[in-house]
Amino acid sequence: MDTDLARTWVQAIAAAVDKHKDHLTQLDSAIGDADHGFNMHRGFSAAITALADYEPDTVGAVLVKAGTTLISTVGGASGPLYGGAFRAIGKALDTPTADTQQFAAALAAGLASIQKLGAAAPGDKTMIDAYAPALAAFQQQADAGADLGAAAQAAADAAEEGMRATTPMQARKGRASYLGARSIGHQDPGATSTALIFRALAETRGAR
Amino acid sequence: MKKFINDPEAVLAEALAGIAAAHPGLKIDAQNKVIARAGGTKPGKVALVSGGGSGHEPLHGGFVGRGMLDAACPGEVFTSPVPGQMLAAAQAVDGGAGVLFIVKNYTGDVLNFQMAAELAAEEGITVETVLVDDDVAVQDSTWTAGRRGTGATVFVEKIAGALAEQGASLTEVADMGKRVNAASRSFAVALTACTTPASGKPGFDLPEDEMEVGVGIHGEPGRRREKLRPAKEIVATAMDAILADQPLDAGDETIVMVNGLGGTPLIELYVVFNEVAAALANKGVVVARSLVGNYVTSLDMAGVSLTVCKADADMLSLWDAPVNTPALRWGI
Repeated sequence: MDTDLARTWVQAIAAAVDKHKDHLTQLDSAIGDADHGFNMHRGFSAAITALADYEPDTVGAVLVKAGTTLISTVGGASGPLYGGAFRAIGKALDTPTADTQQFAAALAAGLASIQKLGAAAPGDKTMIDAYAPALAAFQQQADAGADLGAAAQAAADAAEEGMRATTPMQARKGRASYLGARSIGHQDPGATSTALIFRALAETRGAR
Repeated sequence: MKKFINDPEAVLAEALAGIAAAHPGLKIDAQNKVIARAGGTKPGKVALVSGGGSGHEPLHGGFVGRGMLDAACPGEVFTSPVPGQMLAAAQAVDGGAGVLFIVKNYTGDVLNFQMAAELAAEEGITVETVLVDDDVAVQDSTWTAGRRGTGATVFVEKIAGALAEQGASLTEVADMGKRVNAASRSFAVALTACTTPASGKPGFDLPEDEMEVGVGIHGEPGRRREKLRPAKEIVATAMDAILADQPLDAGDETIVMVNGLGGTPLIELYVVFNEVAAALANKGVVVARSLVGNYVTSLDMAGVSLTVCKADADMLSLWDAPVNTPALRWGI
């Protein structure tokens, strides 16, 4: 992972969010307040703009900049949660290039930030249900000596599996929790956008 | 979708421009999306700042003015504002006595205001926060994000705002806000979903003969769906939920709000208020003050929310204090 790849990753997330924004909003209509797609789109569009003429020296600087932009543009719970996560990932990568183990540690810092801020646990039907399995898969690959591409691929697959596993869950955090048992049977929008973020990483890496 | 809009993306900016044009008592910072009193904050007065997603008008911008808020930060529709907005609002209105953030209990609002409070502290502004969580439809807060903040926000802004106007300290104003919230309960029922300008279609389908019971103010479905019943029975359901959570005895004094969610005619709100008044009179509870109208809306949702605050003498006297805002005005 270097600064160019970090920038390309953010661009790939923006493209994926743009492509899936109606789907994210549709999922959020069912059990939330129907704004997730628009908010993510606004935030990642702003992040691309912020990174356009930014020439950072470290991988971390790119991701901290993206995270700060998300916090200042997304709003809702997603702004602080995703923005804080990207800032935490970035702060752990104060280096021009990062290997798979360093990136795994950074992703772990991102998850810790989300859990600290949102106070959600696995099984609560949130973005954590996609993020936690993705991190575990990434770490497992890193420990086995895999390169970033293979680790990202495994993480994306695990995130999507985690995303699908939110469907039968009853929400215990976020706007969907107010629906009680009626939140069962709907895929969580936050877990879905998290899966897009990991898939974007796998595709960015795979394209090199 | 049929709406009086030019472009879904421009709704918030154009509505803010309209507020600026309509209300000379307010000034708008279009860049930071902050609505503030044109005259600024009296030095030494505690400043009240609230905010949340747009689509709940007149909350919060319509309550900026003498006796209520000093500033409001509207987010995108149903989306909490961002920390930078709240910080800009706090900086604009701090009169040296500190700033009270009035926050409705939604994860997004809470997280963004929390970040803003940290940023404000770094700028040397003292901030206290009142979290409003009055919605009894959210039953088991162990398994949810906790109770939503709804109608009681108006009571908190009015009563705490009046106390701030009298020169009370930040701690005193915050304590009063917390007292009002603790004494208030709300419950809402919807007859239709609402349509956000960006999505262009109703959030859910609700057949002609059904209602959503225990809704919030963001167009989300409620606790359960039931067959539509006469107003008297709907009010009985809502009052049962409110009184089960906060019992009221004969002689207790209350402030009661029957609030329209945006798409319900005033005549129906009065039908509902009549039932609420009768239900409380039956128990010997005194409706000391009342509000009937659209104060905390959910875009074009047809529906009604009931808010009952068990009010003490201090609260009633502060309720009666002068207020001069676009949406609430008396005693001036």
